Parts: sequence; C-alpha cells; structure tokens
Amino acid sequence: MKNKIKKGTLAREKEKWAYLFISVPVVFYLLVRFLPTFYAFYLSFTDWDIISASANWIGLDNYKRLFTDKIFYITLSNTFYYVLYGLPISILVGFLLAYNIDKVKIGSGLFKTIYFMPYITSMVAVAWVWRWLFQPAPIGIFNNILISMGIPMQEFLNSVEQSKGCILAATIWSGVGFQMIIFMAGLKGISKQYYEAAEIDGASAFNALRYITLPLLRNSFIFLLITGTIRFLRIFTQVVNMTRSSGGGPLNSAKPLVLYIYDTAFRSFDMGYASALTVILFIIILLITLIQMRVTRNER
Amino acid sequence: MKDRTLTNKIRPILLFIFGLLMLFPFVWMLSTSIKQGREVYSLSLWVSNPSLDNYTRLFTNSYFPRWFINSFIAGTIVTCSILFFDSLMGYTFAKHNFRGKKLIFILVLSTMMIPTEMLIIPWYLISSKAGWVDTYWGIVFPGLMTGFGTFLMRQFFDTLPDDLFDAGRIDGMNEFSIWVQIGMPLVKAALSALAIFSFVGNWNAFLWPLIISSATKMYTLPVGLALFNGEFSTEWEMIMTGASVATIPVIIIYIIFQRQIIEGIALTGVKG
Amino acid sequence: MNKKFFAIILGCLLIFNLTPIFAGGEKEEVKEEGVTEIVYWQYFYETKKNLMDDLIGEFEAANPTIKVTQQTFPYADYNTKVAASVPSGKGPNVINLYYGWLPKYVTSGYLQPLTGADFTPAKVESEFFPLVKAAKFDGSYYALPTAVRSLALFYNKDLLAEGGYSAPPKTWEEAVEMGKDLAEFDKNGNFLQIGFGVNLDNQFHHVIREVLNRQMGTAPYNEDSTQVLYNNQAGYDAMKFVSDLELVEKTGRQAFMEDDRTAFKAGTCAMFVSGSFALGTLDKVEELNYGTAELPSMDGMQSNFASFWANGITSFTEGKELVASEKFLQFLTSADVMERWLAEIGELPANMELGQAEKIANDPKFGPFIRGLEYAHATVFYDESAQKSAMFDAYNRIVLQGMDVKESVDIAAKEEQAVIDKYFDK
Repeated sequence: MKNKIKKGTLAREKEKWAYLFISVPVVFYLLVRFLPTFYAFYLSFTDWDIISASANWIGLDNYKRLFTDKIFYITLSNTFYYVLYGLPISILVGFLLAYNIDKVKIGSGLFKTIYFMPYITSMVAVAWVWRWLFQPAPIGIFNNILISMGIPMQEFLNSVEQSKGCILAATIWSGVGFQMIIFMAGLKGISKQYYEAAEIDGASAFNALRYITLPLLRNSFIFLLITGTIRFLRIFTQVVNMTRSSGGGPLNSAKPLVLYIYDTAFRSFDMGYASALTVILFIIILLITLIQMRVTRNER
Repeated sequence: MKDRTLTNKIRPILLFIFGLLMLFPFVWMLSTSIKQGREVYSLSLWVSNPSLDNYTRLFTNSYFPRWFINSFIAGTIVTCSILFFDSLMGYTFAKHNFRGKKLIFILVLSTMMIPTEMLIIPWYLISSKAGWVDTYWGIVFPGLMTGFGTFLMRQFFDTLPDDLFDAGRIDGMNEFSIWVQIGMPLVKAALSALAIFSFVGNWNAFLWPLIISSATKMYTLPVGLALFNGEFSTEWEMIMTGASVATIPVIIIYIIFQRQIIEGIALTGVKG
Repeated sequence: MNKKFFAIILGCLLIFNLTPIFAGGEKEEVKEEGVTEIVYWQYFYETKKNLMDDLIGEFEAANPTIKVTQQTFPYADYNTKVAASVPSGKGPNVINLYYGWLPKYVTSGYLQPLTGADFTPAKVESEFFPLVKAAKFDGSYYALPTAVRSLALFYNKDLLAEGGYSAPPKTWEEAVEMGKDLAEFDKNGNFLQIGFGVNLDNQFHHVIREVLNRQMGTAPYNEDSTQVLYNNQAGYDAMKFVSDLELVEKTGRQAFMEDDRTAFKAGTCAMFVSGSFALGTLDKVEELNYGTAELPSMDGMQSNFASFWANGITSFTEGKELVASEKFLQFLTSADVMERWLAEIGELPANMELGQAEKIANDPKFGPFIRGLEYAHATVFYDESAQKSAMFDAYNRIVLQGMDVKESVDIAAKEEQAVIDKYFDK
C-alpha cells in the first residue's frame, strides 16, 4: 500500500489556509512573471524586431543560429567565470565579515555599517571610482602600487584576459554587504546556549565554529548559494557600468549573457533571437538550481 | 585562552583597516561632489576649492527633489508589500503542507530566472493598456512580490521548531494569527534584512522606471541622474553629487532596520 | 507590537493602492475645447531642452489651437526607450531620431512619409544639405533635421603652444608628427599626456570608415550601401595607419583617462577628433583654451563624416494631430529656428544657404565643421551598434592581440556584410 499522508481534518484545514495564503502571490506571479515569460518563449520562434507590427514565425531558426554563434559561447563562458569565481569568494568574505564582526564587542555596529556602505552606493558611482583605480599608470592607483612593488603595469579593464577579473573585484566589493547581512541574521538565530554549553565542555573556538556555527548556518548558506548562483548568472548592471562605451570589455571579453541579450534586443532590434538566448539562459539557470536543491536536500 | 584574547585584539584592528579600504571609494565619491572643473579628473581626495555648487545646481536646476520623493514612495510601497506577501508565502512553504507545494515552490523560484530586461516589453504593453504609464502604480507593480524574498523567509521560518506553532493551534488561534503573532516576531532579523535589500534594490532600479515613465516628473532617482550622461560627455561631478545624496535615505533605512539584526532573538526555554 | 506592525503594513498597502488615483490625477489637466495636443520626444541635453521649451512657447503663441508637450530621456538609453514604446501603439507624435536608426524605423512602419507641400523631395533637396538624403526612402522623406553635425579636429591651443606649434596640422603627416611630439611620458614610459587621441568607441570609427578609407583610395561601401568594399588594400592601409598611431608612433592610447574626450577636457590631450556636438560642453570648461580645424588631408584629399538627428512623425498620428504635427515639424525645420539652434546650442544648420552664409562659414569655431560638410558623407547604417563594434573589434584584435591587419579587417568586413545582408533578407 502506498505511503499516503493521512489527511485528518486538521491537516486539511491547514491545507486550506495554505492555499488561501498563497493565492494572491500565485495570481500575481502568473500575471506579472509567467505570462510575460511565455510571451518571451513564443517570441523566440519568431523574427520580431520590436518595432514592426508583426512577427513572423520562423520555427527553430533562432536556436539553430544560437548553436553556431561564437559570441554566444564567449558570453556564456564569461558568465560561468563570474559565477565560479564570484560566488565562492563573496560567500566566503561575507561569512568572514559576519563571523568576525559578530565577535567584536565594541563598534560592531560601526563595522557593519562600514562594510555595508558599498552595497547601498549607486553602482554608477562605484563603477566610476573603480574604473579610475584600474587606469594605467601613473593615474591608476592599483598600477602605481604594482609598479612600486616592481611588478609591470597591467592593462586591467582594457585587457582581454583581465577585464572580467577586474569587474568581478568591483562586483564582489560592492556586494559583500549582502552576504554579510544574511549571515549575521543567521548567526543571531543561533541560541547562545549552544556556545555556553560548548565552552563548559572546553571546546575550542575553532570547534565551536565547526560543530555549532556552520551547521546551524546551513539555511543561510543554501539561500546564498542558490540565489547567488542565479544572481551571478544574471549579472548585467555591474558590467555595463564598468565597461560603458566598450559595452562588455574589449572583444566581448567581459560580456555576460544577459548583456548580450540586452544588446541583441535593444541595440540590434533582434527580439526573436534575444528571446531564444533568454530561453537557453533560463533552462541553464533552472537546471543548475534544481541540481543545487537536490544536492543540498540530501542531508536532511 | 591566550589565543582567544590575541585574536580578539587583532580582530577589530584588521576589521578597521579593511574597513578604511571599503570606505575609500565612497569617500572619493563625496569628495568629487564638492569639486569643480578640471579637478573632477584629478584623482586626489583633497579638494582645493570645495564648493557646494553642484548640490545647489542639483536641487534647483533639475527635478532632483521630485525624483527623490518618487524613489522613496516607490521603495516604501514595494518594501511593505514584499514584507507582507513574501513572508506570508515563505511561511506557508516552510510550515504548511499542501499538494503541489514542491512544484509551486520551484515555480516561484523560477520567477528569478528570467532577466527583467526581457520582461519590460510585456510589462509596458500591460501598463500602456491599463493606463499605468507615468503613475506610481506603474513603477511598483512588477516588484510587489519576489521569489527571492519568499525563498529567504522560507529558509528562516524553516529553522523554527514546529512545536511553537502547534502550541498556538492548541490555544485555538487561527492560522493567520499564528503566522502574525508567533511566526513573524521570531524572524525579525530576516525581515529586517529583507526590508533593507528590497528597499535598496528598488532604490537603484533603472531599466523599468525608465520605460514606464515618460514625464520627467515621474522619474526615479537613477533615471533622473542618467540625464547627466550627455551625448558628448558625462557630468561626473553631478552624478557623484546625486549619488551622494541618494545614499542618505538608504543609510537611514539601514540604521533603522539593522538594530533588529543586532538584537536578534534568544530562543530560551525551547527544546532544540 | 505585532498588531501595530501589521496595521502599519496593511495601512500602507491600502494607502498606496489609492495612489493610482492621485498619481493619475497628475496627468489630467483640463482639456480645452478645440485644442489639439501633440507630444514631442528628444533626448535630454540641457540647452536643447531649454531652447525647445522656448520654441514651443513661441509656436503655441502663433498657433493657439495647438499644444505641444516635450518629453526628454537620458541620451544613452534613448533608443531603448523609443523601441520599448513602439509595440504599445502609443507614443509621441513628433519624434527626434538619429539618422542611423531611420532605415529600421522606416521599414518597420513606425514613421510615416512626410507628404506636405513643405516636405516634397524637390523642396527639401533644394534647401537642405545633400547628406539629408539619408532620410529619404522610396522617394519620400521620413524625417527632417533642424541641425546637422560633422567632425573636426579639436586642439588644445595651450598645449600646442607649449610644444612650439602655433597652428593645427593640415595633413595627416603633420598630425602624426605633432602627435608624437606632444605626447608626454613619465620616467617609466607611461602616458602623462597624449598627443593625438584615437578612441574608436567614440567617433574615430567614423574617421576610419568615411575619412581614412577614402583618403587611402576606397569607399567603405558601394553606391547603394549593399556591399562592404573596404576589405581591400586601401582599407588595410587605413586601419594600419590608425593602429600604428598607438603601436608604432605612440601618439596616444586607448583608455587613457577613460577616453580622449575626458582627457581633452582635463587638459591632458593635445588633439582629438569629435563632432560639433562637443562644442557646447567644451565651451563650459573654463580652463580650456581650444580651437577647431578641418580634419587633416592626405595627398590633398579631404573627407568627413556627417550625421544628424531628424524629426519625424509617427505613423499612428492622424487627423488633427497629424495636421498639428506637420505644422510643428515645418516650424522646427525653418531657417529661423536653425539660426537660433546654432546660436544657443552650437549645432550647424541643415539649411544650405544658411550654413554657407559668410558669418558662419568663417566663424572660427564653426567654420571647420561647415567646410567639412561640403565633402562629408553620411554612412547608411543598418545596425550602427553592430557596425561600430565590428570596427572597434578589428582595431582591438590588432592592438591587443597582435593580429595581422589584413586578417582583422577582413573579419570586420564579413561581420558588417552579415549585418547588411540580414537587413535586406527581411
């Protein structure tokens, strides 16, 4: 016999309430997110250019084009670069900050504010400052420091190899307040009793971290992992602001997929193709997220 | 023991040093806002002729105060809506069982997977037909609920023991009251974080507010500041000035809410 | 405490659900009987917006049954804004568009052909500079400019004087010599000042396309702009000339102080090429003492790139609004308005007679631009963004990756040809 959840009246009652609670959001998402998304999916099979009245059905042509599109592969690999390097570093730095600020007795509020400032500063301003930091010597401070240490000048944003890394540095810097705050909220949810018990037992700070703090931060970590992956896969504004007129770094070296989608839609007026790219991106994000959820589920 | 005191002493020092580095770009932004002429491109923090001219110009020659208010109204509406709906839905996912829960949760998450850049055209079509162009409603409606906030609240509600909620049911409370009176106070830290992120995210949003508003009066702050991107050159001193002023309400919102994160809740007397 | 928290939130939600009502009320003014309202869109530029407000005031005074509302948008995102508004079928009646976007907007049906007596091809071609032909499709004009712009050489008089030069270069050879001479370096060989700025992501790709290509001996495209021609020896020479400026002659480099126009404003760039739209901004920089000169010639040949922003009428404008729009358009492209435009904004008049008038042609600032108009070409762009990228990428492949010039230009030619072909495929 199948193991069914026996639905007593209490459970059914709770279920009714559950449906009630989610009713408004579900309708909202249907109208505001899903409907437009299906529209985008439909457009991927057309050759619509936004400004014409009609869109012609062209079947899988956009997708066929996608498979041989060099720039698609470049932007896709750029996007993966941002995720693979950006996500672990931001989570690690965010955790280190939250953990250490949490332990500081005096001035923790001040530190929190200081490390949060970059997050609330307009990305336009942040990007401008960082662009000047990356300038060639003798104007760019980073290069000046490198030269004084005997290291040759670097091209940074103007380099095909380094542009992504530079943008990532600025992105991580400006976003680290986010991870920090989430971890801090998580840390506050851990009862002090655990630590007191551990101290009584003579546990070291490191063990306390390993056996109490980290496990109890699991939910925060999973949240940051999943949403962080999605956010990095969708990276856009930071790259636009950091590369301005070159729009994605020299020779598309820093261009993420979403920027390619945007340019295709709104600069080349190729909405059909942009929609196809969006569908592919969506599938990639969905698959990765499902895998992540599956992997992080198991240890329950 | 000795280790601990040493670490404790070094910690604030390191945090302080890195903190200064963190602040550096921000300070540069401020100092640029009081610079004029060529000095804007001199990369010093020191300003030879500090002047508030840029601020004066910003406040009198442009719609800046109005943009500020627009951003503030939009940000407040969206944040309140998110705090309500996202936590309600997150709570439901965490503490209720219902058919289709897993699927619906994935669907809600999937709303985060489409870049908004591709949704603005359908949104504009809807808004244009409904007459929402150049209104506050038009600016806020796409952001009233988010998969992100729902996910966050679900994670935090999930850490709470079920006993607490069952106790409420035994006491005869209805489900809504249980959520409000038992659940919500226990996730104050997460709510504060969500409030801050929602407000900040909305504050800096550019593309949709650009598309939905045609009247300069109805621009939000980022769109208004973009007007200083000229065809030939960008007036960076004006943008830095605008950005500096723009951080103020966000800092205030942050200060209000971050105390919640410091205080947190001590779960005493609960069997873990 | 919780009850209060929720009361506040619900209260807010309630109040703000009412905002559509009082926010919508913003727009509704008393609609007077018999008044036709039209909307005009252009990108935001402070002097343009202010002048337009004045002009609208005068126009309305002369036409009491017409009311014009001007709406402006950030320059960098103007095209996105316009495009996003198209599917809704609503929008401005008269709209200012970059001429390079016209092919797409016209073939998509967004603009309507100008059919009034003031807009017949015969009349237009007798009055406007020939480059305005770029706005003509299938025998009708779809948009007309108030002003046109061309390129010129901008030079910093003080920096030139410091280097011992009293006049700007007349030929490219001179320009390169002066550029090398005026470039300054620190002890490590890094640029402190550039002699001749080359920024392909701004205007210089136009210089390669319409100026250097022709001066080296090739037109960039064929007569009807359906074929890329610059993948020949002349084209390779043109690109090599430019990349050599950075690689060999060291007159300047990319990404110095963000770009050449920033460096020029900051006084660390001796010469660079830009359009007449730069004049207004540069005039405001007090410490800058600059002059303009015609683009350098090569072997006695001169060429230039001209462009314009033109006003068109959207296709969903009809009836009374159409009549009002045509009147407004005619007003905007009248000689009087052009003179005001030149005086207050610094853009050249599109009217030939006006532009060639003594006082303008000999004006020290505008003269070089007007003279440049006479031998200028306006590229037919099918996708300006992609075509600019093709050129810029070609340059970067040579300078950053050491690719052979011929190979790189060939790639660019292929990319541009693909853009052209795609346009005609539809």
